[in-house]
Amino acid sequence: MAQQSRTAAILTKHRDDLNAEWMKSLQAAVGGKDSRISESQLKEQTAQFTALLLAALQAGEAFNAKSSEWKAITHFLEEVSKSRVAQGFSSDETAMFIFSFKKPLFARLRQELGKDAEALAEETWAATDLLDRMGMLTVRAFQKTREDVINRQQMEMLELSTPVVKLWDGVLALPMIGTLDSARTQIVMESLLQRIVDTGSELAIIDITGVPTVDTLVAQHLLKTVTAIRLMGADCIISGVRPQIAQTIVHLGVDLQGVTTKATLADALSLALKRSGYVVSRPKV
Amino acid sequence: MDRIPILQMGEFLLVTIQVDMHDQLALALQDDLTSKIEKSGARGVLIDISALEMVDSFIGRLIANISGMSRILDAQTVLVGMQPAVAITLVELGLSLTGVKTALNVERGMHFLRAARADDRREAGGLSSEAAHGFTE
Repeated sequence: MAQQSRTAAILTKHRDDLNAEWMKSLQAAVGGKDSRISESQLKEQTAQFTALLLAALQAGEAFNAKSSEWKAITHFLEEVSKSRVAQGFSSDETAMFIFSFKKPLFARLRQELGKDAEALAEETWAATDLLDRMGMLTVRAFQKTREDVINRQQMEMLELSTPVVKLWDGVLALPMIGTLDSARTQIVMESLLQRIVDTGSELAIIDITGVPTVDTLVAQHLLKTVTAIRLMGADCIISGVRPQIAQTIVHLGVDLQGVTTKATLADALSLALKRSGYVVSRPKV
Repeated sequence: MDRIPILQMGEFLLVTIQVDMHDQLALALQDDLTSKIEKSGARGVLIDISALEMVDSFIGRLIANISGMSRILDAQTVLVGMQPAVAITLVELGLSLTGVKTALNVERGMHFLRAARADDRREAGGLSSEAAHGFTE
């Protein structure tokens, strides 16, 4: 408690100098001016951080992200990390924001406590420990923000990757792109079955040209979809089976249980038209 | 105890399940339908499950059984109007209802039954069905 307040006293005394020096070391770290963040914004952030740090230190409690004294500063650091992600900073550059505060702070500590070696060592250790934890906090917040972005993109991709197209009256097509896992199969199945009900289509073509590999699991998912379509009272053709995939399916011993398969979507469409009684012909000139 | 009505339409029987099936109801339907087919000599059965929103493994199996039983009694059976959620559930339960004829809606189901019946008649009439097909194609 007494030691923490010694740092607090030094921080109070040299606050403006510390801020200025911190700014300088921050700018030195990126090698001059950084176009991604304005100087005034950076200045505001440093000033806010020292103010919050001082308030927390004066409250005199040890660092704990959950206690109310430290909540404000934790929240502030998370916000800073978030804005750094948006501005395109890397994780080490974000952590640098905290770590570059060490140099000016330690210099001041030495200046004030230079005569008392023991106190200096103690204060330096306490400050290092504190700043390291905060640095880790920023990195964690940075990573979390990035993960949120990835999760959101994944969700968007799931929705984008399963368009159900109407090819002809009573013929639906589903061009599948990317790996088929359980979650995607579920979404594909739901959207396709719903469209079958909505449009009253009797035939669905699943095109797997964009599926890079077919293993037993993917084949099982495909079979599930086909079975569900049959249960609804519609029929299903699988098209876009590439030579390698045909080989893999046979080598794996997957039984496609009498599912109609075609090499290309065009073949599947011509079969679909034939089944529904359409004839495509070229007018004679 | 309420029962699921079985309507007769010419030589076909119509079963529309309008309520959520519970086990007793399904078992009663199984008894009623088999005896009705036997009594009326129906040649086709259409089971409409478009209002059925939930199935469990028991009901799923019973639906398959009922279809199988009517087929044995020489009535062509078609299951129509299965909801997507029901289809997904049945697949996840591993019930693929192999051998059960399905159709999207009642209209298509009836069309199928009539076509199947017409085929039967042609065969019974001694006319080769291959020849008949050959002309239409």
